[in-house]
Amino acid sequence: MKTVKVGQGSCGISAGAAKVYSALEAQNLNAKLTVTGCIGMCYLEPIVDVYDENNELTRLVRVSEDDAQAIADFVNTGDVTKVEGLLVSKEDKMFLENQTRIALRGCGVINPDEIEDYIENGGYTALKKALCEMTPEAVIEEIKTAGLAGRGGAGFPTWFKWNAARSSQGEEKYLICNADEGDPGAFMDRAVIESNPHNLIEGMLIGAYAIGAKEAIVYVRAEYPLAIIRLERAIEQAKEKGIIGENIFGTGFSCSFRIKAGAGAFVCGEETALIESLEGSRGMPRLKPPFPAQSGYWRKPSNINNVETFANVSWIILNGGEEFAKLGTPDSRGTKVFAITGKIKRGGLVEIPMGKKLSDVIFGIGGGMKTDKEFKCVQLGGPSGGCIPADMQDTEIDYKKLSATGAIMGSGGMVVMDESTCMVGMARFFLDFTAKESCGKCTHCRIGTKRLLEILDRICKGEGKEGDIELLEETCNEIKAGALCGLGQTAPNPVLTTIKYYRDEYEAHIKEKRCPAGECIDLLTYSINAEKCKGCSLCSKRCPVGAISGEIKKPYIIDNEKCIKCGQCMDSCRFGAVEKK
Amino acid sequence: MSCSCSCNKSDLSLLNETLEHYAKIPGSLITILQKAQGIYGYLPADVLNHIAKETGIAAAKVFGVATFYTQFRFKPVGKYLIMLCQGTACHVNGSLMLEKTIFDTLGIKDGETTEDNLFTLKNVACLGCCSLSPVMMINDETYGNLTPEKVRKILAELREAAEKEADE
Repeated sequence: MKTVKVGQGSCGISAGAAKVYSALEAQNLNAKLTVTGCIGMCYLEPIVDVYDENNELTRLVRVSEDDAQAIADFVNTGDVTKVEGLLVSKEDKMFLENQTRIALRGCGVINPDEIEDYIENGGYTALKKALCEMTPEAVIEEIKTAGLAGRGGAGFPTWFKWNAARSSQGEEKYLICNADEGDPGAFMDRAVIESNPHNLIEGMLIGAYAIGAKEAIVYVRAEYPLAIIRLERAIEQAKEKGIIGENIFGTGFSCSFRIKAGAGAFVCGEETALIESLEGSRGMPRLKPPFPAQSGYWRKPSNINNVETFANVSWIILNGGEEFAKLGTPDSRGTKVFAITGKIKRGGLVEIPMGKKLSDVIFGIGGGMKTDKEFKCVQLGGPSGGCIPADMQDTEIDYKKLSATGAIMGSGGMVVMDESTCMVGMARFFLDFTAKESCGKCTHCRIGTKRLLEILDRICKGEGKEGDIELLEETCNEIKAGALCGLGQTAPNPVLTTIKYYRDEYEAHIKEKRCPAGECIDLLTYSINAEKCKGCSLCSKRCPVGAISGEIKKPYIIDNEKCIKCGQCMDSCRFGAVEKK
Repeated sequence: MSCSCSCNKSDLSLLNETLEHYAKIPGSLITILQKAQGIYGYLPADVLNHIAKETGIAAAKVFGVATFYTQFRFKPVGKYLIMLCQGTACHVNGSLMLEKTIFDTLGIKDGETTEDNLFTLKNVACLGCCSLSPVMMINDETYGNLTPEKVRKILAELREAAEKEADE
């Protein structure tokens, strides 16, 4: 029997996948209609995958509910001409073909709401293998062989944390998953939970066994309602099957499992702040040491890893650490998932072996810019990371090599920018974020980020002063050295990398009161090119403040005293006559 | 969800079930606050004091935790809660322009509600639909690939729908 799968991750649903599903339900389909998670090609959503009797896939993209009839005709007759306009193109196919999927395996293939589907695809065999055939020490050894490092951003060796938690004194231990994906522009963890929640559960149970924890907790962002619903359902199903609970697989190993919804605080990505939040307090980091492995949740030994880290675990146990270590570079083993967005043609989820170049992802998979402008830089690691300029696009994706640029690997947010993005504005954007999100515990972060933001605000408004760049650098270095936790220590990175690579843009703002990218509103002037203007008057009608005047069929003029620089004239002009400088 | 005698106090009995279940479980304060906001739509001061009393947690800590996290609000919101994404991808693709459009159309800034209690604007860090950026979410519906033009149209449609509802 044929199967029709509608991709229903958050992206897909936002693009209308739920409506497509309902429309297909109403059709008389001679096939099994089902739901799957995120296929990863977010830019083509909604996506409908049709598998025939031989499991051959026909992928239909940018589908709307109006296409339901045509899809039904195709499914029922096999006549592909019915859906010709919806077929995925050859170039778009490359998006997935150039990837190596370990953490994302199963995403967009299995039904996240059915444990049977996961089990049929080999799910929970790794857990069985670990519990029945391996000692906890052997599990940790396998993770060590794999060279798996924390995928949350810092890249700390996973086996080391597990081993430390295992060796800690005490009966009561906790295994915690950090699913508080706070980096704006990143959605890898959300996709894993929404699309393959059982893979996370399996990885966590193996981790719990390895460190000797009897309770596993997922701390997930409250902004991810669908992820929470699907994970809750998955936990219930696993409980019913005896995979979560007492005496799992008759091995004597017991582990309970629960979700804790976060309440929106970026600092809770820091592990000790996350623990404070789990305990019902303000998410403020603790002084380390002691590390969570010695004294964590309720002061008991605890281990915290990121979603993507756990998503790799069952694959490593099944295929062996050596197989995993074959991928990547000596310093960075395995694969990494990136959420690629911004001014990119093909945005979505990408998983590639470490050691690939940034350009392989941006151009090879992402297809380059979606605008006709030049590629300017790529931002990695969000508010903790930095910008890597176009001329360094051949940098390898490797923890050490990326850190050498001043950016970081980060959790996987990869935002691509073209010439129209102002780098001072970008630094200002991130500092606005970190200044708001600073928890306030330590002075360097609380006041330092605020001062940085004030200086950047001033520069963007055209009020920058001689010496501002040096002042920024000095403040950044103070914050890096003095801040208590990772949030503060990395908050200056967006400023330092943009100064390092785009000092000329800072200077143009400060000395010439000019924004080379044409983005800082206070530094812009709009004017009408008299040669191109046809005198149609549309811009003057659109202008909300009546700043544009003129006579029909003669060139119009903008009064810069009145102009609020909203850009509506530019958007409305059909002749490209409105210019901004 | 006020008390029926129009004394402007919140009906605290609505919280009984939540408190019965969670009050004695250590570390549940955030969960209780989330449930309370689910019931009342926001966190009124008398509700926070009630939670403090019932859980034995100092009122200062209850207020401290509630004000720390962005999810919690202390004023009622309008019929339509506009969550405008300010994530990196949305920023790069023009979310500032949308914020301006909303201000020009409705006269509200981040955290404000229109006088007719119809719209509340809230800037949020990232909705995670980066490939559809710029994005906003109004109540449970997500709107993607937005332009100022589209935003104006969506707001006008919602206002029209609300007016129609009021007429009926």
